[in-house]
Amino acid sequence: MSVCACYNFLTPTMPETMYLDYAATTPTDPRVVEAMTPYFSETFGNPSSVHHYGQSAERALEAARETVARILNSSPEEIVFTSCGTESDNLAIRGAALAARANKGTRVIVTSRTEHHAVSKTAEQLAALHGFEVRWLQAEPDGTVVPARVGDVIGDDCALASVMYANNEIGTINPIAEIAAVCRAKGVTLHSDAVQAAAYLPLDVNALGIDIMSLGAHKFHGPKGVGALYVRRGTHLTPAQTGGSQESGLRAGTQNVPLIVGFARALELAQEERTRRASHATTLRDHIIGFVLEQIPESRLTGSPDRRLPNHASFVFKDVDGNLLLTLLDASGFACSSGSACKTGNPEPSEVLTSIGLAREWSLGSLRVTVGKDTTASDVEAFLAVLPGTVQKARSLRSGAG
Amino acid sequence: MADKTKVVVAMSGGVDSSVAAALLKEQGYDVIGMMLRLWSETGREDSNRCCTPESMALARRVAAKLEIPFYVVDAKDAFRKTVVEMFLEGYARGETPNPCLECNRSIRWTLLLEHALALGAEFMATGHYARLDHDPQGRVRLLRAVDRSKDQSYVLHVLNQKQLQRALFPVGAHLKPEIRRIAEEHGLPSASRQESQDLCFLAGEDYRDFLRRHRPEMLVPGPIVDLNGNVHGQHDGLANYTIGQRKGIRVSSGVPLYALRKVSGNNQLVIGTRAELGGDYLVTGAVNWVSGTPRSDPFRAEVKTRYTAIEQSATVTPIEGGLRVHIKFDENQRDLTPGQAAVFYVDDAVIGGGIIQ
Repeated sequence: MSVCACYNFLTPTMPETMYLDYAATTPTDPRVVEAMTPYFSETFGNPSSVHHYGQSAERALEAARETVARILNSSPEEIVFTSCGTESDNLAIRGAALAARANKGTRVIVTSRTEHHAVSKTAEQLAALHGFEVRWLQAEPDGTVVPARVGDVIGDDCALASVMYANNEIGTINPIAEIAAVCRAKGVTLHSDAVQAAAYLPLDVNALGIDIMSLGAHKFHGPKGVGALYVRRGTHLTPAQTGGSQESGLRAGTQNVPLIVGFARALELAQEERTRRASHATTLRDHIIGFVLEQIPESRLTGSPDRRLPNHASFVFKDVDGNLLLTLLDASGFACSSGSACKTGNPEPSEVLTSIGLAREWSLGSLRVTVGKDTTASDVEAFLAVLPGTVQKARSLRSGAG
Repeated sequence: MADKTKVVVAMSGGVDSSVAAALLKEQGYDVIGMMLRLWSETGREDSNRCCTPESMALARRVAAKLEIPFYVVDAKDAFRKTVVEMFLEGYARGETPNPCLECNRSIRWTLLLEHALALGAEFMATGHYARLDHDPQGRVRLLRAVDRSKDQSYVLHVLNQKQLQRALFPVGAHLKPEIRRIAEEHGLPSASRQESQDLCFLAGEDYRDFLRRHRPEMLVPGPIVDLNGNVHGQHDGLANYTIGQRKGIRVSSGVPLYALRKVSGNNQLVIGTRAELGGDYLVTGAVNWVSGTPRSDPFRAEVKTRYTAIEQSATVTPIEGGLRVHIKFDENQRDLTPGQAAVFYVDDAVIGGGIIQ
């Protein structure tokens, strides 16, 4: 393909950039903004203060905690508010590992290479600096962590196991209830990163059997900068951040009341609209997957074809520079992701894609398309109208470079 | 106005390309910032002078300040295969190559330009100090910058008409102090990227250590000879010497001795006195004629034989139908160095250039 042909192809008047990266973040729902607004300048008190200002803020904080607890089918004292999903993961892994070592002398962390870095890097640091050992689980080629395999590697020496509910890069949903049952049978604490799952999947911690679970508000139309950690009663964590006794002593620091109110409202809306949002997203997702696999040569779906997040379509294209593909798509008005952020143009294959066995010529060409409640069928049509040509162009530019 | 002309600016995080982007935005273009990710050896990528994490962060901040999109283009493989290869081959031939020329030709003005066009851009701009205009036939002429002390037309002599038709050099019409002032007015970083002779991909390393790993045969000791072939001692590898160099020639003599020539075939370093150094003519390799049309008749020109050299008056005679040229200087030249480019100017225009053989 000549350069001129490429150029003409992208010339048609630019649409406003269409957002197809809901797994990265979502717009804050106006209803959530509305719920948060009074807690910035009107009801602004410190929830730890004795006076009326403090008590008003505390009421809002505790109401939010009750809302979250209800949706998770748990108790309010089991909910810890944090600053984001990553902080929740850090507190869970570091806190549970340190507490288990102090209480039981166990020092093995079981997890997999498909985890978000918030989990895997934390586990690696505990191994490098604090004398823990990480036992890596091998995921299936579709990204699934098999419960029986978890059973094979956990034992009395385990401080905790951490297995994500659904994968951010490839969308695969793990059989988390079965994994939890295996862990429970062997008395091993299970943490699950549910940051991606929360927008679409059931969060009943008792039905799931998870002991510790991480959430982040901005993945389900809440604000950025607020997360939560569910900690089952009786599960010990050593706090990572020390100071005041906020959040049952597990997370010192004045609570961010407006954002916590936003978290609760967003989760409430996600829960109420869950079925509708999921079925809307599933239709769009299936159309994208079907079209891409049929129309684009040398393309593959990554992750599980059936057990995957309703809004998540992820692919690899052979001999494509994924970063270049994103650049071309963005310039023609479509915001997608490669699955893991790489803004430096220094292409290294994602650990997740490498760990599920993809060769470099495939893994460098990843594309993640994630839709949301505001994505329309015509948005998807417009996207699919340009995607095959854009992949082809990225391929030809790459081969020109090589 | 939905259809503003799109232009990609090759950004470095430095003042010149940042101001280039600001000027184009002011002129009403739809500006996109792009930055190249170039090759360095594994483990040294973050020290590559052209794309350290700091300079990338800086370029990104400039783009954010100017409210323009910013993308990074990976050119690692292509850079390794063209620029680094050419650098190693040059040393293998006993030359002193200038990899920045090859980078301009095959990376910045080929690979990056292709990416710019693929994004729908009509032009690509850089922060180079040079100017462009059109001759009566509509061909683009490459001219020296207004600020002669900053002129970079030398490194751009490799460009052809197809590339120049797409090129913009917005800072070339300004003096450097004006560029700094414009940067300050826009709240852009006003520091130049540190001026350095080091090659970006060496990432701070001495080029000899790099050569030792990649072409160990270039650092094999060999004989030091004079013009009569008499052996005077041993050199410690031809790659350690540049033509005209006096330092490091450990031969006892009553008069200062200089490196005259490097003969890679038998690994000889030829030395001689100041009087024997240099010459008043040279022959180039393949010439890039900026106009696209080789000249046939000899012409008078000002010739620059290194990026930092002062132009010298000479007569340029096309040979082999203009494929190459013979250059006869009015005065003796001390340090004509094979591997560097000889670039010839008539008035302010770059007529062409080629690598000194």
